[in-house]
Amino acid sequence: MHLFTSTVGRKVLMAVTGLLLVGFITVHLLGNLSVFAGSEAINIYAEKLHSLGPIVWIFRLVMLALFAIHITFGIKLTVENSAATPEQYAIQVSQKTTFAAKSMIYTGLIILVFLLYHLLHFTLHVVHTGAVATLEPLVNGRLNVFAMVGNSFTSAFVSIVYVIAMIAVAFHVTHGIQSFVQTLGWNNGTSQDKVTAVGKLAAVAYGVLYVAIPLAFLFHIVKV
Amino acid sequence: MILDGKTPTGPIEKSWDKARFDMKLVNPANKRKFKILMVGTGLAGGAGAASLGELGYNVEAFCYQDSARRAHSIAAQGGINAAKNYPNDGDSIYRLFYDTIKGGDFRAREADVWRLAQVSNNIIDQCVAQGVPFARDYAGYLDNRSFGGAQVSRTFYARGQTGQQLLLGAYSALSRQVKAGTVKMHPRTEMLDLVVVDGVAKGITVRNLITGKIESHWGDAVVLATGGYVNVFYLSTNAMGCSVTAAWKAAKKGAYFANPCYTQIHPTCIPQHGDKQSKLTLMSESLRNDGRCWVPKNEADCDKAPGDVPEEDRDYYLERKYPSFGNLAPRDIASRAAKEQCDDNRGVGPGKRGVYLDYQTAIDRVGEATIAERYGNLFEMYEKITAENAYKRPMRIYPAPHYSMGGLWVDYQCQSNIPGLFVLGEANFSVHGANRLGASALMQGLADGYFVIPYTIAPYLASITPGTVKEDHPAFKESVEQVEAQINKMLNINGKKTVSELHRELGTVMWEDVGMARSDASLKNALKRIPEIRDEFWNNVNVTGEPGEINQQLENAGRLADFLEFAEIFAKDALHREESCGGHFRTEHQTDDGEAMRDDENFCYVGAWEFKGVGVEPELHKEPLKFENVKLAVRSYK
Amino acid sequence: MNLTLHVWRQKGPEDKGKLETYQAKNISEDQSFLEMLDDVNEDLIKTGKDPIAFDHDCREGICGMCSQVINGKPHGGQERTTVCQLHMREFKDGDEIFIEPWRAKAFPVQKDLIVDRSALEKIMQAGGYTSCHTGGVADGNALLIPKPTADYAMDAAECIGCGACVASCPNSSAMLYTSAKVSQLAVLPQGKGEAKARVKEMTDTLLTEGFGNCTNHYECQEACPKGISVKFIAKLNREYLKSLA
Repeated sequence: MHLFTSTVGRKVLMAVTGLLLVGFITVHLLGNLSVFAGSEAINIYAEKLHSLGPIVWIFRLVMLALFAIHITFGIKLTVENSAATPEQYAIQVSQKTTFAAKSMIYTGLIILVFLLYHLLHFTLHVVHTGAVATLEPLVNGRLNVFAMVGNSFTSAFVSIVYVIAMIAVAFHVTHGIQSFVQTLGWNNGTSQDKVTAVGKLAAVAYGVLYVAIPLAFLFHIVKV
Repeated sequence: MILDGKTPTGPIEKSWDKARFDMKLVNPANKRKFKILMVGTGLAGGAGAASLGELGYNVEAFCYQDSARRAHSIAAQGGINAAKNYPNDGDSIYRLFYDTIKGGDFRAREADVWRLAQVSNNIIDQCVAQGVPFARDYAGYLDNRSFGGAQVSRTFYARGQTGQQLLLGAYSALSRQVKAGTVKMHPRTEMLDLVVVDGVAKGITVRNLITGKIESHWGDAVVLATGGYVNVFYLSTNAMGCSVTAAWKAAKKGAYFANPCYTQIHPTCIPQHGDKQSKLTLMSESLRNDGRCWVPKNEADCDKAPGDVPEEDRDYYLERKYPSFGNLAPRDIASRAAKEQCDDNRGVGPGKRGVYLDYQTAIDRVGEATIAERYGNLFEMYEKITAENAYKRPMRIYPAPHYSMGGLWVDYQCQSNIPGLFVLGEANFSVHGANRLGASALMQGLADGYFVIPYTIAPYLASITPGTVKEDHPAFKESVEQVEAQINKMLNINGKKTVSELHRELGTVMWEDVGMARSDASLKNALKRIPEIRDEFWNNVNVTGEPGEINQQLENAGRLADFLEFAEIFAKDALHREESCGGHFRTEHQTDDGEAMRDDENFCYVGAWEFKGVGVEPELHKEPLKFENVKLAVRSYK
Repeated sequence: MNLTLHVWRQKGPEDKGKLETYQAKNISEDQSFLEMLDDVNEDLIKTGKDPIAFDHDCREGICGMCSQVINGKPHGGQERTTVCQLHMREFKDGDEIFIEPWRAKAFPVQKDLIVDRSALEKIMQAGGYTSCHTGGVADGNALLIPKPTADYAMDAAECIGCGACVASCPNSSAMLYTSAKVSQLAVLPQGKGEAKARVKEMTDTLLTEGFGNCTNHYECQEACPKGISVKFIAKLNREYLKSLA
């Protein structure tokens, strides 16, 4: 399919999967923010998700596909692009591009590593098992998600890992949002600066809100 | 010898149609057997190569730039003429024909000019079909502007970059043919000799500018579209690489050089700023649509800021001298008028070699925004070079060498006196007479390329057997040896002067003595100085580097060597032409009020020079000009 | 003014090349940047050294031949200015100036500051035209193209093909160059018929010629001496999406 081999096609794939992933982190964030509404809220939210049954698995497969496409082409494009620029200038100046744009591959890789860690941590319970092992199950026999999260984030190490990862997400999204608009051809020349500003604002919001969760537990603003 | 232009007979309105019908054709199946070498890929060459390739000929195209798109046609700003009469202001093919003959001061061939005027309309259509973004109005119709030497609005334009857009159109057609495999491009390749076998053009010798290798290319016909030679003045509006080399090499192989003294000095260029300047920049003639030329009436006011010279102390000299054409007087007249004012010590700016081109009246009339819309990019360019804002302060302009009306002699078929050698565009002499009107160069280049050569080359090709002479012919070997010998000679002089120093010396002589005003004495001085500079070149030039690599000094040296031979024939032509006409102004031949005075009785002919050797008197051949449709008259723009 | 230049010198494509230092003395502020280099070259020739090779031709900002990265910025970074139009009044006495060639895999250095840009030609040959024949076309006014459309096409068509967009791009992508031609022809009725094939073939050629992928850095727009906007890349993207349908 031309989409997968074309330089523009792959850019479109990056943009569309990127946008859906932004959609995902938005929903995920809204869910997570329920920790601020007390222990009940997030447990109910977790319960709701689990009750969806097979839909969860369809969702997980879709997410896997999105990540796979986004990561595969992200790496491929980066490899091709660095092959296209074998020599560097003695004086390197950027006139327009941003740190976020230039570091997409790095923030992307940080997010990938974090993603694996995050799954091992809260989904598969392979790392930091202590946080789960000591938990009393809820009355319905379910895992006390609120307590698990809270216990984990009281560890400074875990919190710092999450904070770093979320800052990477924020940077990644800064470039991603305006890039998406451009790639789908919605930039008419005058809109671009506005879209970039909106993208930056959104990225800051994602960063601040996501970072707030571990920090709230770490500094005992929200107590387990 | 009396030359015959082989123009068609009968009524001029039917001349091109009749000629086309009378031409022999090449069978479509046979076309690919003929190899045509196209040298130069500007408007004429690019359009010609694309059109010939599309017809099915096997075309190889050569240019010294790294891409066909960079030929100097790209720098033309103002526009292209056509007799469309879209504005309903009285234009017609006949009027365009008449204006061009008159603008050229009655020194062009009628039939060639008629053909140009006739196909001008097809050019616009062709360019539109290619996607050239000509200026249009809100309803979507093509827009026109006025240009010098005409009282109708017939100039089509694409902002201030018309040449660029037309060239990119031709380049796109060429790219299409390259992809189709009918045209093979040889960029960064410079023609250094014409190969003539038994009096017939059969190929060229070129230097690959990257590897330095001297290569041979055979062709059943050689077409030169290599532009003009005004870089002989050193400072001109031409690109740095423009040269007479290809045309001169052909001349040295027997092609006649016609009217070399007809050069155009363009009135609206940015004045020279200092002695280290490498070229002059043109500001489009379209600027004279809205700009008014003036100098202070009193010498004492020349050093004042222009704003401090009150209206009544300004001399709008073009409006004063030529009330009916005013600021839109033809180029030769406007240039001479500017020189006159400066010679009268009323010039402005550094060195007092400049006149004002003032937009205040136009800005007051239509507003700054409209002026910006019309000429924004030109004002921007002016500011970059001079650091002055022309919306606030009048531009300073001065004439500069711009275009050569003269060129290799060709007949009606664009074929030179060497069979098989065709010459197109600025490189030939055919349609502009002694002065070219604005927006006519683009018209001629594209006319020759799209609509003339595809027809006129056929009768010649139909008369020969393709591929009879190839690179293994001894003439090619001999040519390569000659070219290599000259290169080695230049590299081994190891003198004290650089190529550009000597070029500047030549340029100074040409500008002072063979420039806007020429006299018997100045021309004789030039004819004394040119051989001296040439001798110094061959004894004291320092050309660095090796032959087998990129060597820009060597390229420039070769071009200068040709200019140094050509300049002599140029000055000789100017000396022999004891009249003033168009761009050729002899101070001995002027009316009481300083206008050019033609001598139709003795000089109503094309002067075509045959080169006989360096330092040997060239032979003059004449082609009498007959005017059957336009009455010879004193050109008046008053 | 007097200046210290650090100029990239490279004998040929196989040579490694390095920056060499030269002094430019008694430069007038009215000189153009290339006239300053002419002066330096005259000095080099007089001292028996090989002058600096650099591409240039029209010296009025339209042919697209000149191609130098000055202090890290293609064409020196002045807005809407090519190297040949850059004037020395933008510099001051004692300045150090780094002069390098366009750098990209698709633009191999041939000598000093001269690079091979034939890859740009291939992109044009892949579809940067309308397939009209010489002769036999309709009257220019048969197709009505309202001014805003003509202006839009002209904005795109101003590209001079110098390659500064590639030189400035962190990925060495030629997307701005490609998009200018795609956009010009896509909005005009005479180009619409071939729009789908054109955008596909031209962008595919980008990869086969060794250019990188566009990842929306927009450095190209800043570097472009004709101010071509990245909105044309958005337009190209739109045309590409249409071509899939």
